[in-house]
Amino acid sequence: MGALKSTPAPTEHYDLSEKTGFSLRQIRVLHKRFKQLSEGDDVLRREDFLGISSLKYNPIRKEIIEAFFNRRNFSPSCEGRANEIDFEEFLVVMSHFKPPCSKMTDEQRKSIRREKLKFIFNMHDSDGDGLITLEDYRHVVEELLSRSGALGKETSRAIADAAMFEVARTVGHRDPDEFYEGITFEHFLKVRSQSALCFKKEEKWLIRCLMCGKGSRHMFLK
Amino acid sequence: MAVLGPGPASFRFGSVLLILLILSGSSWTRDVPTGRNDTRPEPNRERDGQDRDPGTNATKHKKAFPVLELNYDYVRMPFEISLWILLALLMKLGFHIIPRISHVVPESCLLIFVGLLIGGVIKAIQEKAPVMDTKLFFLYLLPPIILDAGYFLPIRAFTENMGTILVFAVVGTLWNAFFIGGMMFAVCQIEAAAAAHVSLLSCLLFGSIISAVDPVAVLAVFEEIHINELLHILVFGESLLNDAVTVVLYHLFEEFSHADTVTVGDAFLGVVSFFVVSLGGILVGVIYGVLGAFTSRFTSHSRVIEPLFVFLYSYMAYLSAEVFHLSGIMSLIACGVVMRPYVEANISHKSYTTIKYFLKMWSSVSETLIFIFLGVSTVEGPHNWNWIFVVFTLVFCLLSRVLGVVGLTFIINKFRIVKLTKKDQFIVAYGGLRGAIAFSLGYLIHQDEGSKDTRGMFLTAIITVIFFTVFVQGMTIRPLVELLAVKKKKESKPSINEEIHTQFLDHLLTGIEDICGHYGHHHWKDKLNRFNKTYVKKWLIAGERSSEPQLISFYNKMEMKQAMMLVESGSAAKLPSVMAAAAAAPAAPADPAQTAEQQREPTPERMIPKISKTREAEIRRILRANLQNTRQRLRSYSRHDFFMDPFEDNMSEVRFRRQRVEMERRMSHYLTVPAKQQETPSVRKVWFEPEHKVYTYDKNERTRPSDSAALLDESNQRADGQSERQKPTRCLSDPGPDGDEEGSCFRPS
Repeated sequence: MGALKSTPAPTEHYDLSEKTGFSLRQIRVLHKRFKQLSEGDDVLRREDFLGISSLKYNPIRKEIIEAFFNRRNFSPSCEGRANEIDFEEFLVVMSHFKPPCSKMTDEQRKSIRREKLKFIFNMHDSDGDGLITLEDYRHVVEELLSRSGALGKETSRAIADAAMFEVARTVGHRDPDEFYEGITFEHFLKVRSQSALCFKKEEKWLIRCLMCGKGSRHMFLK
Repeated sequence: MAVLGPGPASFRFGSVLLILLILSGSSWTRDVPTGRNDTRPEPNRERDGQDRDPGTNATKHKKAFPVLELNYDYVRMPFEISLWILLALLMKLGFHIIPRISHVVPESCLLIFVGLLIGGVIKAIQEKAPVMDTKLFFLYLLPPIILDAGYFLPIRAFTENMGTILVFAVVGTLWNAFFIGGMMFAVCQIEAAAAAHVSLLSCLLFGSIISAVDPVAVLAVFEEIHINELLHILVFGESLLNDAVTVVLYHLFEEFSHADTVTVGDAFLGVVSFFVVSLGGILVGVIYGVLGAFTSRFTSHSRVIEPLFVFLYSYMAYLSAEVFHLSGIMSLIACGVVMRPYVEANISHKSYTTIKYFLKMWSSVSETLIFIFLGVSTVEGPHNWNWIFVVFTLVFCLLSRVLGVVGLTFIINKFRIVKLTKKDQFIVAYGGLRGAIAFSLGYLIHQDEGSKDTRGMFLTAIITVIFFTVFVQGMTIRPLVELLAVKKKKESKPSINEEIHTQFLDHLLTGIEDICGHYGHHHWKDKLNRFNKTYVKKWLIAGERSSEPQLISFYNKMEMKQAMMLVESGSAAKLPSVMAAAAAAPAAPADPAQTAEQQREPTPERMIPKISKTREAEIRRILRANLQNTRQRLRSYSRHDFFMDPFEDNMSEVRFRRQRVEMERRMSHYLTVPAKQQETPSVRKVWFEPEHKVYTYDKNERTRPSDSAALLDESNQRADGQSERQKPTRCLSDPGPDGDEEGSCFRPS
């Protein structure tokens, strides 16, 4: 994306706006943030994320950071991980957190919801094989409880097991002898749509700062 | 329950009438002059007897010893109160036995109707009916309902919609009050109304009384229609929070109507007083809440009085707020909300159940009594029916509610993520019911407010509006909800998946906010949670529970619930021993951590490898053969020791570890794959090796001890042999003490 300064909006920004659905203003704001995080560079690396101080309290920060470098989040066909991302990819990941526009058909809403769930699915699926296995799930729960010390490590296993069991129970009309490998994305969608809170949660899933027009009043903090 | 036919219903009605007659008869006998002397005829006659025969022995009685005496005065007060409450509850019971009515008419309507009947009967007997005294209402009848509502308030939904609720409560109520007050003043100026003497301030006072949505009525009606959580919390939250506005406006206009002039300074002070009233009320509530939580930390030795602390601290919060004319309702809500998470972590399960049921019971009784009294007071109260005034009041109430909701929603939707649709707006507007609070406030208006007629007129109008909203709106809201296909509340069981997902999302959004560099609302919520965890919980929660993360306590609670459900459904196996679980504990902590570290190295290699198809088929065969058994057995594991109450606190840690082990077994059995096939038969034997000797997996191993005492002994003895037993059982789910060696059995050979 180069070191273009933002006063006349660069043409790339127009393209990005088309692609990701952000407004030009939001893109400018995010670009500033990108530059700040990458310390002037064109690409972001993992270390840059680790430098954000308020992130260190977050138990799942590793997953979040990984989500930025996971190629599957850039486009459905990519695989594997990247070590550096540029601004476009940063924006694509951020666009998952955009609020839905009010004028949207049901179809669009559904597909956006599907994308968001895919994002979460990818975050859970740490080894990237398209399935959330028991190990993946255990890992997630361990991370969530990682701030709780020794107690967390022991009990996270039990919790993850119970949760997996629950999913296995609810999703299947399977033969009782079928072996349950892991949660596929379709299962995941089904489970989420069965939950009572799902619609609210997914609709609320956005960052207010990315709502239209609030860009310039950011406080950029490291 | 089958329809019983007219017989029992009329019997019940007849019994009610009988009670009524007894009541009125007793009051009649009480007031008849001769009745007063009933208790004294014997002594009188005795004295007469003595006067007449001064010489006779003073102790000689001419009359027989009174076997049966009537002394009603002694018990009059408690007797009548109990009788009223009993009557109210019998009514409530009666409605549910008559199935046809209770589906159509909400309970509140029926209760008011009964109150009307009783009022009519009492009036016919020319008796003075017990009117709903304002003090009685505000100090005794209202607090239980509010406490029940506040203690069980769904916090998440409430705080997520806090902005909307506040806007509706404050701005909406202000708009209603001024609109109605102003309009009614205009109406009063009309010639035909014959009410020109009513001042503007009186009208504004009237407006402020009638503008507030009433929590009691809302609860009573909305409980029965089960709409979705969002709408419920919007209307209900509004009804709770508008108390502050109502209190301020009421006192404001009352003061002003006594004063001659109203200056800008007074108006400004009014605004200031609003903040003082609401924030002060909340502060008082928070203080008492913290006190209550702190007290509950030390109650582990006297569990029986735990519920009392909750009730008393909350009631004190209410009363203390009322002393300073702060908003008692907000104080009560704040107290309940603040107290609850800490108290629930500290108290025993039985106390929790007690609190829950007592609150529900008291609030139910209160609600019933309120509605019945409302009916009785309607018949009794000073009335002054002024057609124009009443009709216009009704019209303007409805109009202002609709306009207020629509207008405010238009503004609010700009800031909301989940917009309020037209349907939502309609329900919110339609659910703005008025109730007993308005009535009691109306009663409070002083007599010298203009003439007595004014007060009567106001009261009549208030009662009409209340009746209209409760009867018409209350009855029609259910079919309207069906008609408009409003989303109903989804009954969802607490799911651990849900909880995990929620927490995951919270952390994710907080993280993204941090990456954006924006201190958004997730960030602050996260900060509050951290503050809560590091400082507050240490002080207010006893023992080791203070560091228990939410996910774990949620999981515990779920397990407990499932266990209790199982017991209540009456499965027959014995309880497993708890002590045995201690066996599993010691060796566990260090090693999973260590090996987990190793596993978590970002290697793409999986821990559980894919196995070949033949192995899979073999395992399936084995599993299939035993799965029925397993399913039954699996269920029976989670029943545990909550019957053994004295051990409860010590056992929690132990119990938890035992559950973990059990869970592992279940899960590994069901989900993970044993790497080596030949281990499977031995696994089977070892897997369900009766550490507890209660559940068995193999048919040939049916050893069952007769009682748990024996278990305790056995398990103590077995503590030595634990290590060897542990090794094989844990081989397959997590690497045991010899990390590398056992771990290697997972690697593909």
